[in-house]
Amino acid sequence: MFGELVTQLTSPAFISHVVATVLAVLIAIAIAIAIAVPSGLVLGSVPAVRQATRAVIEFLRPIPSVALIPLALVMLGFGPETKITLAVYAALWPILFNTIYALDELDPLLVETSRVFGTGRVGVLFRVALPSALPFVLTGIRLAATTALIVMVSVELMAGSQIGLGYFIMEARSGPGRMDQVLVGTVVAGAIGVLLNNGLERVRRRWVAW
Amino acid sequence: MSNMLEVADLGHTYGDYEAIGGLTFTVRAGELVCVVGPSGCGKSTLLRTISGLIAPSRGDVSLNGSHLAVVFQDYSRSLFPWLSVQGNVEFPLRSLPRAERRARAAEALEWVGLGAAAKKRPWQLSGGMQQRVAIARALAYRPALLLMDEPFASVDAQTRFELEDLLLRVRREHDTTVLVVTHDIDESVYLGDRILVLSGSPAKLVADLEVPLPAERDQVTTRTDEAFVALRSKVARLLNVGGKPTMDVDKWAAAERESLSETVSS
Amino acid sequence: MNKFLQRWTVFAGLVVVWQLLGMFAEDPFFPPPSDIVTAAWEWWVLEPRNVTEHILPSIGRLLSGWAIASVIGVALGLLLGRSDRAMEYAGPLLVFLRSIPPPALVPVFLLLFKTGTPMQLATIIFGVIWPVLLNSVDGARSVDVTKVDTSAVFQIPRYQWVLGVVLPAASPKIFAGLRVSLSLSLVLMVISELVGTDNGIGSQLIQAQREFDYTRMWAGIVLLGVLGYGLNTVLLAVERRALAWQPRSRDEQHA
Repeated sequence: MFGELVTQLTSPAFISHVVATVLAVLIAIAIAIAIAVPSGLVLGSVPAVRQATRAVIEFLRPIPSVALIPLALVMLGFGPETKITLAVYAALWPILFNTIYALDELDPLLVETSRVFGTGRVGVLFRVALPSALPFVLTGIRLAATTALIVMVSVELMAGSQIGLGYFIMEARSGPGRMDQVLVGTVVAGAIGVLLNNGLERVRRRWVAW
Repeated sequence: MSNMLEVADLGHTYGDYEAIGGLTFTVRAGELVCVVGPSGCGKSTLLRTISGLIAPSRGDVSLNGSHLAVVFQDYSRSLFPWLSVQGNVEFPLRSLPRAERRARAAEALEWVGLGAAAKKRPWQLSGGMQQRVAIARALAYRPALLLMDEPFASVDAQTRFELEDLLLRVRREHDTTVLVVTHDIDESVYLGDRILVLSGSPAKLVADLEVPLPAERDQVTTRTDEAFVALRSKVARLLNVGGKPTMDVDKWAAAERESLSETVSS
Repeated sequence: MNKFLQRWTVFAGLVVVWQLLGMFAEDPFFPPPSDIVTAAWEWWVLEPRNVTEHILPSIGRLLSGWAIASVIGVALGLLLGRSDRAMEYAGPLLVFLRSIPPPALVPVFLLLFKTGTPMQLATIIFGVIWPVLLNSVDGARSVDVTKVDTSAVFQIPRYQWVLGVVLPAASPKIFAGLRVSLSLSLVLMVISELVGTDNGIGSQLIQAQREFDYTRMWAGIVLLGVLGYGLNTVLLAVERRALAWQPRSRDEQHA
């Protein structure tokens, strides 16, 4: 198996599968952050909106993203849009909930102090709430990255793509039934997971030094 | 009178750091002995070696009985929040039949005046009441020796007086042998039949003093008693050998914390 | 009552808008909710065989996989959490195994077990054990020193130490792990059924897609949503009872 690992790691075809998956994961995370953090800030700071959308969110959240695979396939086709959309859907929730949770945990004293100094509502949001929420948000992003990777690989497995690590694994199984190649793909997927997780943990430690 | 606890040449070192440097003393049955010493002098190491939580580097600890109980300073952590007050008192009695366990717990709770609170959770009680639960738990265990580690250091002054009197009453009524570790000189004189004065690190025995006060004590009259005042001054002088100020680690740490929090907020 | 209205107005509003849009647009991908409900009715109520042959086996696999993973995860987690030695050996391995995306293992399990329930169970168990295991390790480590000392001084028997001190002290963290792994087992159940078998909710979804029956597909998606919501609600209720001993301030947070 180690021989196969070396062979694959030096093969351009395999590398392009890996790059395709990692790139798609990164795009998905970026889109998920762009949607979830602003929504989380609104939901976390305006109780009326949160109360009103609660039922919708509680209903949408438990729908597993993989259940949407058939739907996304027929609507978006077999291109990268499908897997990215589904990964975004899965990655949204950890970021959204961690952002809301962070605002809940916000020290009221901190808010009051800055209000006393004449900071407006929006000012408080950006200068007090967001910085103090950052550690939680980053944790959410880290969780979301793992989730996005999982969804990405599984969508690729379900033939929702013509390239990617999941596709490589599925091909190795269904074609020649090469257990060694399947395992190589799995281990590499795991390694990407470790790198993503540790990288984001390091970012969190560096940025959130307080 | 028989000895309940015999400590012979007890010493303990962590790596290069010597915490206790050869202590020898005894505690007689039914006696209440206070160990007093400056903060950070190795008192908690002493308590942990006597209670068997750590094995000492040298020396012997022998207890005239099979088990001892400890009342820790931090009652909120030493009580189990998932158990009721009664459950906490029954905690060390698992090996007994259920009915006996119940009876012993109820009895011990009566002793400390908490019979009515048996069904409550510890965190629903005030700090002083929680520490009384911890005392009841220790008493229900019927220990050969009751060890107390700064037992009243985390409660307010009023509650502290109440708990001190409670301890004196309970141990008189039930003839309990008690060893209290404290850094509070007044407390050691007020509670003790005998005081063991320790010097700074490594902890060494400086003096073994009998307390010439009657068994019946009272927060107001005892504390103004001439013998009380004289003994307190004596212990204070012993703890401050040769006028060399012993560093108060707690105060120092608190001051440092404060200066730190100032830099953060500014 | 007011709160109830507040909560469900937007939800109901969205359903109504969807219904109207669906009726006028007649987009085959987005059938109106009324059609979805009708499809669900015809599919599962008028043909109970579909419930017994697809839905119940799915739920059975989900729950048994989750239960097995939970028992192993908690037991192993408490053991590792209380032994620094074991953690030193197993720690790095755990970190690596956890980060393997479980779906990537579906092919591995497919080759190992062929298709069918064993492969599906293996996928679910392997995928969902990590949150429980790692949270149990964390929880077991969080037993504070004073409680450890108290237990040592009173010389309590081993079973009381494990069941009466370590387990309850770790239980808040364990429940957090159980919740994560429950929703994850739903995901893995669907994935393993999309590939592995011809029965179960997942395979019915794929079947509907192949037959271009988008209304049924939506019915399947809604069913999975309802299932996830229901399972989570039940677990939350259990958790609230089991952790009722926690100091009050936490309850206020939940409300």
